[in-house]
Amino acid sequence: MADVLTFTDRGIYCPAGDFYIDPWKPVDRALITHGHSDHARPGMGRYLATTGTAPVMRHRLGTITLDTIPYGEVRQIGDAAVSFHPAGHVPGSAQIRVAVKGEVWVVSGDYKTVADGLSEPFEPVPCHAFITECTFGLPVFKWTPQDILARQINDWWAANAAAGRTSILGAYALGKAQRLLATVNPEIGPILTHGAIENTNAVLRNQGFALPQTTLVTAGITHKTHPGALVLATPSALGTSWARRFGPASTAFASGWMALRGVRRRRAADRGFIVSDHADWEGLNTAIKATGATRIFATHGYTSVFQRWLADQGYDAHIVSTDYHGEGFDQADEVEA
Amino acid sequence: MKDFAALFTRIDESTKTSVKTAALADYFQTATPEDRLWTIALFTGRRPKRTITATRLREWAAEVAGLPDWLFEESYSIVGDLAETIALVLPPPTLQSDQTLTHWITTIKTLSTLDDDARKAGILAAWDSLPNTERFLFTKLLTGGFRIGVSAKLITRALAQATGQPEPELTHKLMGNWTPDTTTWAHLIEADDPTADLSRPYPFYLAYQLDGFDDLGAPGDWNAERKWDGIRGQLIIRGGEHHLWSRGEDLMTDRFPEFAQLKDYLPDGTVIDGEVLAFAHEVPLSFNALQKRIGRKTVPKKLLAEAPVILMAYDLLEHAGQDIRHHPLQDRRAALDGLVAQTPQAAPLRLSASVPFETWDDLRTARDQSRNLNAEGLMLKRRDSPYLSGRKRGDWWKWKIDPLTIDAVMIYAQAGHGRRANLFTDYTFAVRDGNDLVPFTKAYSGLTDAEFREITAWVRKNTLQRFGPVRQVPAQHVFEIAFEGIQASPRHKSGVALRFPRMLRWRRDKPVQEANTLDDLKELLATFG
Repeated sequence: MADVLTFTDRGIYCPAGDFYIDPWKPVDRALITHGHSDHARPGMGRYLATTGTAPVMRHRLGTITLDTIPYGEVRQIGDAAVSFHPAGHVPGSAQIRVAVKGEVWVVSGDYKTVADGLSEPFEPVPCHAFITECTFGLPVFKWTPQDILARQINDWWAANAAAGRTSILGAYALGKAQRLLATVNPEIGPILTHGAIENTNAVLRNQGFALPQTTLVTAGITHKTHPGALVLATPSALGTSWARRFGPASTAFASGWMALRGVRRRRAADRGFIVSDHADWEGLNTAIKATGATRIFATHGYTSVFQRWLADQGYDAHIVSTDYHGEGFDQADEVEA
Repeated sequence: MKDFAALFTRIDESTKTSVKTAALADYFQTATPEDRLWTIALFTGRRPKRTITATRLREWAAEVAGLPDWLFEESYSIVGDLAETIALVLPPPTLQSDQTLTHWITTIKTLSTLDDDARKAGILAAWDSLPNTERFLFTKLLTGGFRIGVSAKLITRALAQATGQPEPELTHKLMGNWTPDTTTWAHLIEADDPTADLSRPYPFYLAYQLDGFDDLGAPGDWNAERKWDGIRGQLIIRGGEHHLWSRGEDLMTDRFPEFAQLKDYLPDGTVIDGEVLAFAHEVPLSFNALQKRIGRKTVPKKLLAEAPVILMAYDLLEHAGQDIRHHPLQDRRAALDGLVAQTPQAAPLRLSASVPFETWDDLRTARDQSRNLNAEGLMLKRRDSPYLSGRKRGDWWKWKIDPLTIDAVMIYAQAGHGRRANLFTDYTFAVRDGNDLVPFTKAYSGLTDAEFREITAWVRKNTLQRFGPVRQVPAQHVFEIAFEGIQASPRHKSGVALRFPRMLRWRRDKPVQEANTLDDLKELLATFG
C-alpha cells in the first residue's frame, strides 16, 4: 500500500489529498497543527486549522486565507479523509489524522499528555503510522506534576513578595505563559505582562479561555506602583533594561530544559521551573503505545536515540528530517511576537 | 542531608556571591561540626575514597530504571554528569530518610568492607530513600568531583563571617592535605596555629594578564622574569621532610623524586615558590617533555633520564622557619638567591633569573624571545610587593605571548553536554590538502553564546550525514584556531597534535579556499614543534 504521507523538502505531504501539513516552504494548501512559528508559517496559499488555533494564526500571520474545522469533524480532501484531534500542547493545538483507503496516519505536531488546566487534553488517536516529535525523548526528562509545580511557583512568588522582591518569570508568549497564568495563585499579588504575552492573552480571552487579571507593563509601571508583582516576560526580555525597572527581583525560567542542571545554570536565572508544553519520556512512550501504530516517524528532538529505543521495542521506527524546533530557548521562537 | 541539600540548592540556584556566602555562613552556624567539616572538605576538593566503580553504578542505575545500557550511556553523554543522570533516570523514592551528611559519607566508607551484593543492596536502599537533590548529592559523593561553583575564597569568606576569624588566616588553615578523617572542626578551624601541620602549603599568589603599561609607574620599580611553561609548584622543607604542592593543591612529591635530594641542601623551614620544568643542559625543554610525567604517580628510570625536572625558583615564602610573605619581593629574592647559591649545580634547583630592562620597549624585545626559550612570556612583579594570596591586581602581572594560530575549516559538529546540552559546540576542523580536507584538531571553546546558537541553527539545517551523535556539515565556515604548542603525532591523520586548541574567532570574511593548508601546518610543526 502506498504511503499516506511522504516527507519532502517543503514539509509533510499527502499525495492523495494534495496538501501539506505544517510546511516550511510556501505551498498551495497547508494544514496546520498549531500556531507556533515553526509550524504555522507565512506564505501559504490557503490554510486549514482548528477553530481554536485560527485566532492566534490570524494575529501572527495577518491577512491569510484560513478555513477552520472543529475537533473531531471529518473533512474529505481529494482521496484523503482528514480530522483534527486535541494534542494538549497549547490551546487549540491538534494532531492531524489522515485516512486514505483504510490506512490511517497521524501527525502529532507538538504534544503533551498531561493536562495543564488550559489546553484541550491530549487524545490518543488509533492509527497505523504515527509521526511524533521527541523534543524530550530521553529518560532523564520527567515533568514535575502540575500540583507540585503550582506550589513551587507560588511559594517562590510569595517568598519574593514578602522580601520586597519582584518575581520575573520567563516563558514563551503562546501557550507556556497562559498555562502559567492558569497555574499561579492570583491572590499573592498583581500580575504584570510583557506586550508579546499580553497580546496572546487578549486573543485567548476573546476565545473564552478564563485567565486571571493581568496588567500590561507600560512606561509608568515599576515595582513601586506594583509591589510584590509577578512579571511574566518573554525569555528574551530577561536581563534587559525592560526587566531592570522592577527593582530588586528574583528571576526564573520555565522550560523542560530546566530539568538539566547544566542548562539551568547556563540560563543564569535564580530559579528554573521544570515545565514544558511537550511530552516527557513517559508521555512520549505512553502516547505512542496508545495509538497502536506499528510504524513510527520521529521528527524533531533526540531523534537518533529515540528511533533506536523504539526499534528496540519492536516498532518499525524512522527518523524524518524537518524544520521544526521543538522547545529550544536557544532558537528563534524565543523572540516570537 | 536535607540541610546540606538545601544549602547546595541555594548556592546552585544563585549567581550572586552575596547569596552564596550568606547560605554557607548560615550553614556553618547551624550544621553539626562533623557536617560542617565535611562540607568544607567537599567544596575544597576533598572527597571520601571511591568505594564503588562508576561502571557498577551505571549498571545498577540502568537496571533499576529499566533502561538498556546504551540508552543510559546516551543520556549520560547529554546530561554530562553521571550522578545527575542516575538521579534523573531512577524512579521516585519509596522511603524517607532524615540522616545527616556525615551519616551518608560513613555509609559510603563502610561499603568498602562489604561484598558486591551487600554494596549493591546498600546503594539501592540509599537511592530509594533520597529525593531528587539529596539523591544527586549522595551519588555525587560516590562518583567524586564535587565542583559546584563555590571557590575556596567564598568558603573562606563565609567561614570568616561564621567564626569571626580573619580571612587570610582561614585561607592558610584550609590549605594542605587534611581530610575530615585526620582532623576535626575544632582542630582545623578553631585551633590557633596554621603551621602546626608541617606539610601545609601557603596559598599561591596569582597574576592577572597585563593590560597596558600606563598604570605601572616607573620601569625601575619592577622586576621582570620569564614566565616558564611548566607546572607551578611550592616546595616545602620542614621537619626533615619535603613536600611538593601543585597550584591545584595536589601533592606531587612522589611524581618528582628528583626533589628529595634538596632537603640535604636546603635548611628546615624553607618554602619556595617556583615552576617545575623539564630541563637539560641548562635549558628548559618544551612542555611536551614534561607532559610525559604529568599524571604519572611513579616514574620509571627511563623517563627520569629522558625528562629530568628542576624547580625554577622565583620566590621564597618561608625562611628559617619564619613566614616572610610580608617582606618586599626584592628581599625575598635576595634570600632565595642565597639559598640557591649554596646548593650544588647538580641539584635540581635554579633561580629564575631577572630579565634586565630599562624601558618598556626593552621588555617588548625580551618578550619576543620567549618561544625560543620555551617560555610563555614574561612576569612583572613590583619590587617592594608582599606575597599575597589568590589572584590580586596591582603588584604581579603576566604578559603572555600571543598564541599560534591557523585558519581551519569546520567539517563535523557534535552537541555539547552539561551546560551546552542543546547546542552544537564541539567541532572538528580540517586544513586543505589539494582538493582534500584533512582533519587535524577539535575545539569547543572560544565562541560567544550567540555564535554557538547561530552555528547550532546552521548545523541543524545543513547536516549532510550523521555518525551517531556526530554530524557532518558542508565545508563552509572558516575559524581561526589558536593553540599553545604543536607536536608530531603518529596517531593523528594530519601527523600533528595541538596543545590547548580553541576558536579565536569565526572568520566570516574568509572563504574556504583561503583557509590554511596541510603544508602550512607542517611548517608550523617544523618551526615550533
